[in-house]
Amino acid sequence: MADDKSKAAHYWSTNLRLIMGSLVVWAFVSYGCGILFRPLLSGIAVGGADLGFWFAQQGAILTFIVIIFFYAWRMNKLDKEMGLEE
Amino acid sequence: MSQFAINLIFVGASFALYFGIAIWARAGSTKEFYVAGGGVHPVANGMATAADWMSAASFISMAGLLSAGYVNSSFLMGWTGGYVLLAMLLAPYLRKFGKFTVPDFIGDRFYSRGARLVAVICLIVASVTYVIGQMAGAGVAFARFLEVSNTAGIWIAAGVVFFYAVFGGMKGITYTQVAQYVVLIVAYTIPAVFISLQLTGNPLPMFGMFGDYTAEGAANAVPLLEKLDLVVRDLGFRDYTADVDNKLNMLLFTLSLMIGTAGLPHVIIRFFTVPKVADARWSAGWALIFIALLYLTAPAVGSMARLNLIKTVYPAGVEQDALLYADRPEWVKTWEETGLVKYEDKNADGRIQMYNDKAGSAEADAFAATAEARGWNGNELVVNNDILVLANPEIAQLPGWVIGLIAAGGIAAALSTAAGLLLAISSAISHDLIKTMINPNISEKGELTAARISMGVAILVATYLGLNPPGFAAQTVALAFGIAGASIFPALMMGIFSKRVNNKGAVAGMVAGLTATLVYIFTFLGWFFIPGTATLANTPDNWILGISPLSFGAIGAMINFAVAFAVSYMTDEPPVEIQELVESVRYPKGAGAAVDH
Repeated sequence: MADDKSKAAHYWSTNLRLIMGSLVVWAFVSYGCGILFRPLLSGIAVGGADLGFWFAQQGAILTFIVIIFFYAWRMNKLDKEMGLEE
Repeated sequence: MSQFAINLIFVGASFALYFGIAIWARAGSTKEFYVAGGGVHPVANGMATAADWMSAASFISMAGLLSAGYVNSSFLMGWTGGYVLLAMLLAPYLRKFGKFTVPDFIGDRFYSRGARLVAVICLIVASVTYVIGQMAGAGVAFARFLEVSNTAGIWIAAGVVFFYAVFGGMKGITYTQVAQYVVLIVAYTIPAVFISLQLTGNPLPMFGMFGDYTAEGAANAVPLLEKLDLVVRDLGFRDYTADVDNKLNMLLFTLSLMIGTAGLPHVIIRFFTVPKVADARWSAGWALIFIALLYLTAPAVGSMARLNLIKTVYPAGVEQDALLYADRPEWVKTWEETGLVKYEDKNADGRIQMYNDKAGSAEADAFAATAEARGWNGNELVVNNDILVLANPEIAQLPGWVIGLIAAGGIAAALSTAAGLLLAISSAISHDLIKTMINPNISEKGELTAARISMGVAILVATYLGLNPPGFAAQTVALAFGIAGASIFPALMMGIFSKRVNNKGAVAGMVAGLTATLVYIFTFLGWFFIPGTATLANTPDNWILGISPLSFGAIGAMINFAVAFAVSYMTDEPPVEIQELVESVRYPKGAGAAVDH
């Protein structure tokens, strides 16, 4: 039972770390690159606009897709490693 | 063949498909009615979620909003970023919990009838306000393309939804939504590809938008967005790619849309239909891919349509004379009849001058002298942004079948979202109110009948509201996102990630977050949206810290979290069995099929 408990705690803390990391990237590409840091990125031209504009209208969305698939892949793998998959 | 006949064939064929699916996917049990039997493939659920999510607003209005420029990028990031939150913070655990509705989880986790009731009320208010727009949108699409009255259009839409939602429940809705997704995405992308080819030579709109504008010959090629900045500047508008000054408000607005998206019940319940926790995670990714296909195209449609429109009005360039009204193209005449395009010859020269004459904006004030020197006497053409997508094929002179496709696509977008919302409403009534709170002894068959009757009543109410939209229909979308973001999302998240938040904390948090959000919205948009009752004028000067009422959902959510934790730590810990429930939703093992109960 004690073993189960520590295993469960490990599973949950790994999940929380993964979520925190993913949310940092999530916030960085949207609130960061797309909104707050846009003036800093204005020197980098992307086809008639700047990098911040591209992130706000394309880049953030593309990154969101990558984040979700990475999270799903990593967690589903963790489920299997810990024998928690259905 | 006339355009009317073509439209009729496309819309008729799509309806025949929906009816066929409905007959095939009848629901025989409450589990099939509420969660499609829990056996939907994650990719199919992703497609259904995308159709569920992309409403008449996304299909019709999104490109128009984006055509205003960078400032409305919030909608793009907000309506997609919410899926990251769903995938990591809500969907897998709620799937593991394995029941049928959102109030089910809130009621069980916070062991409180009060919490369940608050959740049911929030769900119904958010979903009903949302569904009004869908019925009205379907009415507009029918009226424009099938030449029936708006009223008849809404009744036809109600009849179609009734057929497959009442008989098929979630099962019928799911597979119809898959078909509706295909119809709407094909309808959206085909005209976009043609227009991108015409303007930039690139068949992919998301690349064409950042490519060169080549419609005036390869020798004159300039980046499309640079060209757009230039022509709108010459007409006194703000640059298309101009940055916004109030970054705090833009950030909070984006955040409000994200948590509102993650907290909308009709989206959450879609993740109850997949077989396993792992599938719920994959499914969120697939949903976002299918949504992104439209949302990555929308900014291209918005920018290209705006450029096309300006080119139509100033065929020889913005420095030259505008188009003669007598020479206006056919599509302007068609849309003038609907009142969505209006022309008034203010300087009586027979030409169509379109420019920014809104006093008060820096760009318009600076341009006023130029306009006067050119003999202009005010902007003469008013174009409702909602027509950009619908009129796009006509503006780009595409063949008639593309217009028929757009008609079927717009109707599919409105119907699929309406059906998802109606299911969320009816399951909250039949399952949470009737089965759990009023008559727990109701039989399986009785509950299924109750679910069907609730669905029928919900459709009638939605139809009535669609026919007699309250004057505040446009503002209510803010209300739906505000409620979902400030009440439902925080409650669900705390229920999963904290074992300490108890019944009193959850109820106090939801009520506080909701009240603060409503008070802020009503202060600026009128109490209960009754015109003339706003306490303060809805201008940026009056907003606290420059935060608009539409952006306040994020603040409401923070208030919810703060109050819930404060009250919980001042009162007793939740009982042991509740802490075990929280443990159990965190681990996928044993989720199995949705628990019958």
